[in-house]
Amino acid sequence: MKKKLIEFRNVSFRYTDEGPWVLKNVSFDIYDNEWVAIIGHNGSGKSTIAKLMNGLLFPQEGEILIDGQAVNEETVWNIRRDVGMVFQNPDNQFVGTTVQDDVAFGMENRGFPREVMVHRIRKSLHAVGMEDYLLAEPYRLSGGQKQRVAIAGVLAISPHVLILDEATSMLDPRGRLEIMDTVQSIQKEHDLSLITITHDLNEVVQAERVIVMNKGEIWREATPKEIFSESAALRKIGLDVPFTTIMADELRKCQIPIENEPLNHEELLEELWTLHSKM
Amino acid sequence: MDITFKDVSYIYQKNTPFAHQALDDISFSIPSGSFVAIIGHTGSGKSTLIQHLNGLAAPTEGEVMIGDFRITNKEKPKDMKKLRSQVGVVFQYPEHQLFEETIAKDIAFGPQNFGVADREIEKRIQEIIPMVGLSEDLLERSPFDLSGGQMRRVAIAGVLAVKPRILVLDEPTAGLDPRGQKEIMDMFYHLHQKENMTTVLVTHSMEDAVKYADHIIILNKGKKYMEGRPEEVFTQVEALNKVQLDTPEMIQFLDKFARKFKREIPFQKQTSDQLAKEIQQVLRGVESP
Repeated sequence: MKKKLIEFRNVSFRYTDEGPWVLKNVSFDIYDNEWVAIIGHNGSGKSTIAKLMNGLLFPQEGEILIDGQAVNEETVWNIRRDVGMVFQNPDNQFVGTTVQDDVAFGMENRGFPREVMVHRIRKSLHAVGMEDYLLAEPYRLSGGQKQRVAIAGVLAISPHVLILDEATSMLDPRGRLEIMDTVQSIQKEHDLSLITITHDLNEVVQAERVIVMNKGEIWREATPKEIFSESAALRKIGLDVPFTTIMADELRKCQIPIENEPLNHEELLEELWTLHSKM
Repeated sequence: MDITFKDVSYIYQKNTPFAHQALDDISFSIPSGSFVAIIGHTGSGKSTLIQHLNGLAAPTEGEVMIGDFRITNKEKPKDMKKLRSQVGVVFQYPEHQLFEETIAKDIAFGPQNFGVADREIEKRIQEIIPMVGLSEDLLERSPFDLSGGQMRRVAIAGVLAVKPRILVLDEPTAGLDPRGQKEIMDMFYHLHQKENMTTVLVTHSMEDAVKYADHIIILNKGKKYMEGRPEEVFTQVEALNKVQLDTPEMIQFLDKFARKFKREIPFQKQTSDQLAKEIQQVLRGVESP
C-alpha cells in the first residue's frame, strides 16, 4: 500500500478573524512519490494550501499531517526539512551572491557540516543541469535558470515533498520547458512527492492526479483524463481545457464518437485512426 | 497612426566596452489600425523595439516614424509630450506602477499630466471603468486593496484614460489566470476594433498572436527574422523551430494529422468547430474513395 505523506483533515482557513473563509473543510491525501497538480482560478485557495503544507500559515480548524506528524508551531522546523517550496517570482528568492552560496543557504540554516554541503551543492545543481554555474551571479541568469537554482536549493535539503507554486508562470515558453524537464528527471531519481500549483495545462496533463479547487472547496479530485472529461463544467468555474479536449468535444458534436478522453495529440490521432479504419 | 521603422539599429552604451547591439537594421511598416504581434525570445530585442514607439529610445542609426513624428539619432520631435499622449504603453506588470491613494486618482494621473481638464477626466473615467471590467464603487478605494488581476485593470485604465491612438502592450497577461488572460485580451481586441486603434502586442503566446493579430513580426537576436500574416508566418514550422519558437497548437496538430492520414488540412485560422468539420470530411472521404 502507498504511504500517506500529506493529510489534510477538515481544514478551514481564513486570513483574519472576521474575513471570509479561504478554505472550507478541505480534506485530501497525497501519497509517497506521487505527482499531484492543484488547479483553480485566482483566489480559489490553491496557494493557501501550499502555505499550510509547510507551516507558513496554520489553519483555524482541522488538522494537517506531514508524514504522520501534525503541523504546528513546535513541529514546523522539522516539517520544513521535509517540505520544500519554490515560488512564482524568480527574482524574489535569491539570497546568495553566487549560485553555490544560494544553494548552500538552506543547508547553512539547518547546520549541515561543510563536507556534506559541498557534496550536496554539486549533486543538486547537477540534478537541475546547472553544475557549470557554481560561481555565477544569480541576477545574470535567465528566469528558467534562476528557478532551476531555486529548485536545487530546495533539493539540497532532500525533502520528501517539493511544491512548485506557479513556479513557471513568469517564465517564457523555453524556461517553462526547462523547469518541467528538470522536475521530471528529478522525480525519477529521487524519492519525492511533487505538488504543482499551476494554470499551465501542459503541467496538469502530466500529473498523476489533479485536485481542482473552487471557492475554497475541493471541486474534484481525479486523474487528468477524468477531470478534462468534464470540460464544460471546468469552463464554468473559470478554468481552461487543453486543445485536445476542445477538439474531442467538437468532433463528438460532428458525430465522431471519441471515447477515451485523449490528453495529447497522439492519443487523439490514434482514436481518429481507429475510427476511420472502422468506417 | 502609421508606424514605420527604416533601417533601425540600436546599440546600448555605444563606444564603451559594454556596447551591446539590441536592434540590428530593422525595417517594417505597420499601417494605421493594424493589430501587430511582436514575438521573440527573451533578449531578442522586443522591449528595446517598443521603447522606440514613444521616444523612450531613439535609434542609434536609421529612422522611426510614428504618424508625423520623426525620430532619428539627431532629430527628436519638438513635441515629445504630444507623441507620448498618442502612444500608450502598458508595460509588463503595470500594477507595480500604481502609487496613488485612490483608484480614481491613479487613473487620473496620466491625463492630468497631459493637461486634460478635470471634467473631461471625470467623463473618461466613467467610460473606462466598465470597459476594463471594474465597478464604479471601487473608485474611492485604495488600489492596493485589490487583487493582482484588478490592480492590473486599474493600471490599464490609467493608460487608456489618455486616449492614445496607438496602444503598445508588453505581455499584458503574464501571471494572470486563464479567465483573467482571456478577459483582458478580449477587452483589448474590442477596444482595438471600436476605437480603430493601432495595437502592438508583445507576447510569448502563439495562441494569442494567431487569435488577435493580423500581422506578425518575429525578432531573433535583434534582427527581424520573419514578418507577415499569421497564417503565412506560423505555417513555416521549420524556420520557427530553428529559432526555438513554437507554432500555435492547432498547426502542430495539423502537421501530425497530415503525416498520419496522408491528407493535408491547410491552416486558415479556422476555429475548432470548423476544424472538426474538416476532419469529419477527411474521415468520410477515406471511407468512400
